[in-house]
Amino acid sequence: MKKWVIYTLASAMLLGLPLVSQADPEGDRKAFQDYFKNRFPNTPFEDFINGVYAIDPESREQWEAIEEFPPYEIAIEEGEQLFNKKFANGKSVGSCFPNGGNGIADQYPFFDTKRGEVVTLAVAVNECLTANGEKPMKYKKGPLASVLAYMAFTTRGKKVDEKIPKDPRALEAYESGKQFFYARRGQLNMSCAHCHVDNSGNKIRADLLSPALGHVTHFPVYRSKWGELGTLHRRFGGCNEQVRAKAFEAQGPEYRNLEYFMTYMSNGLTWNGPGSRK
Amino acid sequence: MWKSVKRLSTVAGAAMLISGSILALPHVVFADDVEDGKKVAEDRKKGNCFGCHDYVGAEMAGNIGPKLENMKARYPDKGALRDRIWDETKFNPNTIMPPFGKYKILSEDEIDKIVEFIYSL
Ligand code: HEC
Ligand code: HEC
Repeated sequence: MKKWVIYTLASAMLLGLPLVSQADPEGDRKAFQDYFKNRFPNTPFEDFINGVYAIDPESREQWEAIEEFPPYEIAIEEGEQLFNKKFANGKSVGSCFPNGGNGIADQYPFFDTKRGEVVTLAVAVNECLTANGEKPMKYKKGPLASVLAYMAFTTRGKKVDEKIPKDPRALEAYESGKQFFYARRGQLNMSCAHCHVDNSGNKIRADLLSPALGHVTHFPVYRSKWGELGTLHRRFGGCNEQVRAKAFEAQGPEYRNLEYFMTYMSNGLTWNGPGSRK
Repeated sequence: MWKSVKRLSTVAGAAMLISGSILALPHVVFADDVEDGKKVAEDRKKGNCFGCHDYVGAEMAGNIGPKLENMKARYPDKGALRDRIWDETKFNPNTIMPPFGKYKILSEDEIDKIVEFIYSL
């Protein structure tokens, strides 16, 4: 094992927050949101769904021009076709969800008390495929990202309302996501919070750092750097690699719990995916 | 001469690793070290200091950390400056600045050169 991996583990353990006993997600959420309201007094709460464009009037103008002919439009169409495509057994993706799968992305992620784990929309779509004898899709980009884009699109305007059911395992999932968010990682020894809380609004070289509040609302995202659509977990992986940490597996337990925590922190905002970013 | 200076700094580096602090050794400075230091400081895969710090001559610097300036006046003891680069978490446990020495992001020699470079600012 490399030296710095050991250091990272050691510092993550030092940071280790007490599990469950003192958990107070509602208190966390309020403190989290108040922090950003104070840090960016000119940004209306609702606007935090727009990432760095919520805090930077200059790049916002360009972005608004791009959004008039959104680069993710083709992906939404492709996603709609895949969403409606008949499986060999005659069913389709919508058959696995309430309301035919329309406008239901806001129900995800959720803590499934029967399974004892966080279930994301990406996982639910793939499980729908395998349950119907179809092949699952890759989690970071491509066809699944397009299906998620379409499902996010039909959900636009709904409120983020993440819940933590009365089940100690749900609190544990929340706490492990929270720890992930605040733990130093990688040879560069940085946490998500270092960049997207403490230094949100500051520049790392030429890049303005976005506030973590609202991070989850607009995924999947068409990123000009990627030249295509990518999922939230693709982004998590990219940000882990920036600090020379190994990315975790997309839709593995670590990133699912992280998504759960980050979604809870964004409660009260509006779902607005898919989005476009630099 | 060159060799022995190198040797000296390697020994100092080893001593520092063991004791965890810097011995303020007299250091011979070469103009080359300042140049080399700038290169290592601005290499994205090495120091990438301008990712976070502005300084005179930095292009498109970030603004996460304080401007690097007046280093000589602010750090009469060069070793104290080196300590900050080696492991800033010792001075501020919550800092975002990577512990360049402690986590071996830079070699001891590269850190020496960066010290020479920013000492010239
Ligand atoms: C070294 C700094 C750094 C660290 C550490 C970091 N990020 Fe990022 N992140 C960036 C930069 C730069 C961008 C692109 C600009 C922006 O939107 O903030 C970005 C973008 C993002 C985005 C997309 C924002 C949007 O509006 O689409 C998400 C989500 C994100 N990061 C999550 C994370 C998470 C979760 C972690 C920890 C696992 C993390 N980041 C760690 C630098 C960092
Ligand atoms: C990811 C951000 C980041 C990077 C990269 C970074 N620093 Fe820093 N640095 C900071 C911050 C923030 C501080 C402010 C003090 C603190 O946080 O402890 C700081 C403080 C310092 C200080 C002490 C403060 C002063 O001005 O007296 C020195 C010296 C310094 N940095 C030099 C460097 C050098 C040299 C490099 C590159 C080898 C570097 N830094 C890379 C963020 C960074």
